[in-house]
Amino acid sequence: MFQFIVRRLIQTIPVLIGVTILTFSMVRLIPGDPAQIMAGESASQEQIELTRERLGLNDPLPVQYFDYVSGVVTGDLGNSIRNGRPVADEIKVRIGTTVSLAFYSTLLSVFLGIIFGVFAAVRRGKLSDTLVMIAALFGLSMPNFWLGLILIQYFAIGRDVLFFNTGWFLASGWGTWQQMVLPVITLGTAGAAIIARMTRSSMLEVIDQDYIRTARAKGVKERIVVYRHALKNALIPVVTVVGLQFGALLGGAVITENVFAINGLGRLMVGAINSRDFPIVQSGVLVFAFLFVFVNIMVDVIYRLLNKRIDLN
Amino acid sequence: MVKATDILDQEPILEVKDLQTSFFTDKFEVKAVDGVNFAVPKGKTLGIVGESGSGKSITSLSILRLIQNPGKIIGGEILFKGENILKKSEAEMRKIRGNEISMIFQEPMTSLNPVYTVGQQISESFMIHQNMSKKEAMKRSAEMLELVGIPSPKQRVKQYPHELSGGMRQRVMIAIALACDPELLIADEPTTALDVTIQAQILELMKDLQDRLGMSIIMITHDLGVVAETCDYVAVMYMGKVVEYAKVRDVFKNPKHPYTVGLLNSLPRHDIDLGDVELQVIEGSVPSPDNLPKGCRFAPRCPFATELCHEKLPDLEQSDNGNQIRCWIYTDEWDGDQEVDVSAKRTT
Amino acid sequence: MPKELLKVKDLKQYFPIKGGLLGRTINHVKAVDGITFDVYEGETVSIVGESGCGKSTTGRAILRLDEPTAGEVEFDGEDLLALSKKDMRKKRKDLQVIFQDPYASINPRQTVRQILEEALEIQNVVPKNERAKKIADLMEVVGLGAHQADRFPHEFSGGQRQRIGIARALSVDPKLIIADEAVSALDVSIQAQVINLMKQLQRDFALTYLFISHDLGVVRHISDRVIVMYLGKIVEIGDKTSIFDNPHHPYTKALLSAIPVPDPDAQSERVLLEGDVPSPINPPQGCRFHTRCPFATERCRVEAPELRNIDGMKEGHMGACHFMEEIKNGTHQVE
Repeated sequence: MFQFIVRRLIQTIPVLIGVTILTFSMVRLIPGDPAQIMAGESASQEQIELTRERLGLNDPLPVQYFDYVSGVVTGDLGNSIRNGRPVADEIKVRIGTTVSLAFYSTLLSVFLGIIFGVFAAVRRGKLSDTLVMIAALFGLSMPNFWLGLILIQYFAIGRDVLFFNTGWFLASGWGTWQQMVLPVITLGTAGAAIIARMTRSSMLEVIDQDYIRTARAKGVKERIVVYRHALKNALIPVVTVVGLQFGALLGGAVITENVFAINGLGRLMVGAINSRDFPIVQSGVLVFAFLFVFVNIMVDVIYRLLNKRIDLN
Repeated sequence: MVKATDILDQEPILEVKDLQTSFFTDKFEVKAVDGVNFAVPKGKTLGIVGESGSGKSITSLSILRLIQNPGKIIGGEILFKGENILKKSEAEMRKIRGNEISMIFQEPMTSLNPVYTVGQQISESFMIHQNMSKKEAMKRSAEMLELVGIPSPKQRVKQYPHELSGGMRQRVMIAIALACDPELLIADEPTTALDVTIQAQILELMKDLQDRLGMSIIMITHDLGVVAETCDYVAVMYMGKVVEYAKVRDVFKNPKHPYTVGLLNSLPRHDIDLGDVELQVIEGSVPSPDNLPKGCRFAPRCPFATELCHEKLPDLEQSDNGNQIRCWIYTDEWDGDQEVDVSAKRTT
Repeated sequence: MPKELLKVKDLKQYFPIKGGLLGRTINHVKAVDGITFDVYEGETVSIVGESGCGKSTTGRAILRLDEPTAGEVEFDGEDLLALSKKDMRKKRKDLQVIFQDPYASINPRQTVRQILEEALEIQNVVPKNERAKKIADLMEVVGLGAHQADRFPHEFSGGQRQRIGIARALSVDPKLIIADEAVSALDVSIQAQVINLMKQLQRDFALTYLFISHDLGVVRHISDRVIVMYLGKIVEIGDKTSIFDNPHHPYTKALLSAIPVPDPDAQSERVLLEGDVPSPINPPQGCRFHTRCPFATERCRVEAPELRNIDGMKEGHMGACHFMEEIKNGTHQVE
């Protein structure tokens, strides 16, 4: 297992190099003078020249790239144009928020997705199966900014129902559980829907396997047949989907953070894009890419732990 | 109507009476098992033999009530030690499965759960039926592996199915099935997926375990060689019905039903040189199960069929040599050639 | 003396196993490891053996469905392995194949007529205006009836589909048909029909068969000569009477004795082989059968036996065992 993880980490090196080349080129490929872009739109000629010198833009490209990568490795990501603070610091204070938002949302998607997926599979063809699958289709098709706004409307601002008001949660910020519930639901719903559909079809496939018949022939209770014998096998393909889903989740986090005014990476990025704060955009993309690669390694590890048929080496 | 127990020399452990299992689609009902009768003698082996579509596997799954939607047992009785198990609750049924009646299946490669170790899968039986602790069950699992002839059982219990060969996996299946010392073992084509040298090992093992443990066996197979070698009694099935039911020797030495005769004659033998002649064949093919013949199911392919055969379904009757046969030829109503010799080699 | 139609010499088929960090070839599955045999015009030669013995791989290698690793395959005086891909395609007119599952090798969206027409068109053996008649003839020959030509494969039963496979193989007037487990999936009563048909066609069209099967009953009935394979090697070869009634190799004997006989009175002395067939990735040194052979000695573990003929064996009957004489005389001693 250890060897597998090491090998998997080594295999990510080319990916990470690719990502740095991409972010490195981002600034240099957009039309216009990178020094001017990096210095900001209102910079004077002198400032631009200064920036050019400071960023080493007079050096040959390979040297520039080497400088950039060594900066990335040592945690020096340059300074924000807008407020002059180190980009690394800006990211550091926000990354925890975004990661926890993504983590809780994934947790919610996996939890709801598997429960509803199994529920529907066991009741294949019945009304409850159909209803769950229709609900999943809705969950999948709802844009999450819209879902976020609806949730705020009903559960933050709230409605009077009988004797109480449904404004149980808060519509902005991150930290207390009242603040966290709505964004997590907003971000996790689509994933839950996808995982539910995947779990259902995977369960249906597994439940027809010979070894399920063997379990029944042993006298195993149907509940245990479903949860112990079938589910563990059915989860193997679901794990892969969870990994891919995480990418979509990071994209969704950008929107969700803005809807709920959460001071995370996504919001930082949107702000930076609006104010053309390229060092931040550049590093934000880099961080997102690293997160995605890292999560997919974890998924691979879990996949291998579940699937005994794959030889670890 | 004859009784299936009539031909047995022993007490029956299981008697199946007029079992009917059907599969329902939107348009029609497929009668996979259509009024099947047989009995399994205590400590002996009954073979159920038939080609694809004969309903032999559905019959075996019906005995354990493992038929899944859209299939359903719609009639008959299954008497296990005198009690009709079709009347039992699902919870009572679970106490029988894997405990008093066990089953092994055709595909050892897919019949074991890939994500659990061999030991975990054998232990489960002990834990369900004998309330054993995990540790004790694991110890007993290793003993079971030893019983079925798997070397270094203490290491093997920790292995996953994919680490074992097909023959080894079938041994594990047998270990699971025999864990709780069942009185009846149903083996559904247990060696069909295996090579002959491995098949020989598994059949030998089953015979040996039967001698030592005394369980009864239902051997479901399409292989007449396996039947001749392992069974004491045989039920020959065709399109959901038993057409001939007798002691093994009587079936092979003195087959009565034209289908049994046809099967035996169409089989090329490795131990006899037939010379450069054509194999005898059963003409045509098995009709589609949603379009059953009106009379005898075999009439469309039977070289002796008369109008009576096409019109009316014969009952299972006892013939003079003791075989129970579902064929008009052996009844008083027979309207064909009175001197017909079913087992005579036809010249082509 | 009939002439050789197919000469296989020292044929090897290794499949690489990729692995390691860089996906290099780290080992080989030695599926077929140096086999030599001839097939004469008009005869049926069977290759028998258990799974993993390389019998199907041999068939595929001869047809170059997989490119063989080494060896020679001479067909009708021509070196098949030297042909270009294009010439090989043309050559396939003379070498046809029938598989176990005919359904997997025919396009389910084509009618039987389209399937046969396509085969005729590819090899262009019959002028266009005569194709309809040829198809009608073929359908009659394989016992399906010309009126069924416009039906789809799924409308036929398993046995009938195998007849379609045979009709397609026959359509281009081949010389050699390689039948790979062609009747294995069929029920006994249907199997007999197809076997009879194949024998009939052999007489009518002067066909040569290479019949690959694990079913020794079928093999005894259909073959003139038999090749027994074990782990990529030929262990015994000979006319069928010799192989079935006078086997010399311990594996052949064990294999034959393992088959259940459909006769409850049959008293067979069974040689029960222990264990499983070893992996063809690292096959045993010396004689490949030594790990399971009840007669194995030190010599068997070291030295690989060659095929040879001994006293009491018919001409052309050969076994690959060091101790055939001793085992036969009962003087063999396992140290």
